[in-house]
Amino acid sequence: MIKQTRSERWFDAMNVAVLLLLAAAILIPLIHVLAVSLSETTALNRSEVKLWPIGFNLDNYLLVLKNKRFVNAFLVTLLVVAAGTLLNMALTTMTAYPLSRTYFQARRWMTLLVIFTMIFQAPLIPMYLLVRSFGLLDTLGALIVPSAISVFNMILCMTFFRSLPEELLEAARIDGMSEFNILLRIVMPLSRPILYTLLLFYAVYHWNNYFSSLIFITDPAKRPLQLYIFMMLNRDEASTTMSNLTQIMNLDVSPKGLQMATVVLATAPIVMIYPFIQKHFIKGSLIGSLKE
Amino acid sequence: MSNAVLSKTKYGEIKPKSTSAWTTFYKQRSLYAMVLPGMLFFLLFRYLPLTGSIIAFQDYNLFKGIMNSDWVGFKWFEQFFTYPNMRRVFVNTLIISLYQLIFSFPAPILLALLLNEVRRARLKGTVQTIVYLPHFLSWTIVFGLTHMVLSLNSGLLNQLLQVLGFDAINFLMKAEAFRSIIILSGIWKEMGWIAIIFLAALVGISPTLYESAKIDGAGRWQQFVHITWQGIKPAIIIMLLLKLGVILDSGVDQIYVFLNPMTLSTGDVLDTYTYRTGVVEGHYSLTTAIGLFKSVIGFVLLALANRLSKAVAGEGLY
Repeated sequence: MIKQTRSERWFDAMNVAVLLLLAAAILIPLIHVLAVSLSETTALNRSEVKLWPIGFNLDNYLLVLKNKRFVNAFLVTLLVVAAGTLLNMALTTMTAYPLSRTYFQARRWMTLLVIFTMIFQAPLIPMYLLVRSFGLLDTLGALIVPSAISVFNMILCMTFFRSLPEELLEAARIDGMSEFNILLRIVMPLSRPILYTLLLFYAVYHWNNYFSSLIFITDPAKRPLQLYIFMMLNRDEASTTMSNLTQIMNLDVSPKGLQMATVVLATAPIVMIYPFIQKHFIKGSLIGSLKE
Repeated sequence: MSNAVLSKTKYGEIKPKSTSAWTTFYKQRSLYAMVLPGMLFFLLFRYLPLTGSIIAFQDYNLFKGIMNSDWVGFKWFEQFFTYPNMRRVFVNTLIISLYQLIFSFPAPILLALLLNEVRRARLKGTVQTIVYLPHFLSWTIVFGLTHMVLSLNSGLLNQLLQVLGFDAINFLMKAEAFRSIIILSGIWKEMGWIAIIFLAALVGISPTLYESAKIDGAGRWQQFVHITWQGIKPAIIIMLLLKLGVILDSGVDQIYVFLNPMTLSTGDVLDTYTYRTGVVEGHYSLTTAIGLFKSVIGFVLLALANRLSKAVAGEGLY
């Protein structure tokens, strides 16, 4: 190996130091929140908790899980994620496949029609009035249908489909397979990396989205998790939950501990699946950006 | 695409036979059927609301509907430019967008370049795993985290300030601090994720370029200037153009969570104003005019920047 000069070694050391500092800046708030959610009330009131729980206990979590409104919001979110992602995947693949075939007659103008919506977006209010006039206001459909296809994700999908060998699909067509079956049985199994990536993007979008529900949902029973957390952090939702339940159950809880336990519970599913899907989304987004 | 297909005549010679558009349409009917739900979605949920923007020129009334509401021309646009209240909102939007362009846009580029220079693969992988993670947290969660770091009584940063002998500062209630908090939390959440795109561009650079540069005696700085930077430049230009296209979207889902009555003076932007006066208070026409104005500005900027970039750098979006 070529001998490094002094300034190069100095640069390498600084570079690693900067990156480690950055990683610490990302991890510290997360660890702090976890520590707070697991600590006893007296330690929290005296602001003693830093990065390690003091007086370790799970009372905050027990109380959050007993809270009907939290459980309801959690279930609403699960439903929206499941139904929304299913619709997203079906519509995205069904639109991307024909638009990825060069022989498809309407390919050019339809692609332009789609791309234009990315560059020139409709304002918020006409969208709101439209959802209202469809009678979707205050229904979970309002959280699912208006975001049925993301143009960005569809372009990723289209780019991948385009890279599949046309001869293979042509052979299936000669064997009498219908286009729909070709998509389902040949194209989709061959496109696993991109489909996993899209699945992740869409599911995370639905899991994290609170602004649509802020606009379209007023009924507390239909509030998804993120809107529930938004309300909890802003108004003193946590303290009302507490006064109702603490005396009955004799638990050691505080508003801060409760809020943070809720935050941890709402983040846990994503953080837990994250390591398993990381390699997929990196591969998937590489495919997309290498297109032209 | 030509509609001509080759078919063999009975004499065996190949002769182009033209088919009409209708025949092709009939042949490809299953593809059309497949694409139909998606196209319906775009027409109903993207183009219909675009035509609905016409209420920006009306005094729209929910009960009269689009057909019967009164026409008022450019009244709302004039109001938007003359009301002092709105000028404040517009200026806030411009300043936050400008800060995002100056600070948030280069951050992931810098991160990608730094990561690219790390030689130890394990270390690189670990840092990547950590910096991608915040992208998957929602803004409500990120606000909760920010609160735990910055709050007056128990925030980590204020605890540190007090240990060092300073007074605690109520960051989240200070109008002067609002924009910095938005920019910093935005970088915290999205820097790693956006860096993936730039890293992909860097991965695409052929290693032979570096090898031949080394043989020619180029140092690391020269390799960076002549190879790495040239390789990442097209990606930077494309991302910059895309950013300009949505320049007045300062990220409503982020800002709305962080906003409170104390920070409204520096943090209220076009999108949060639209939500409050449009969806909540029902001033539909005025806020549609604001939205339309935003889209037009973004579109024009994108078109201009694209031309400029094609002329100067030879790269463009279209």
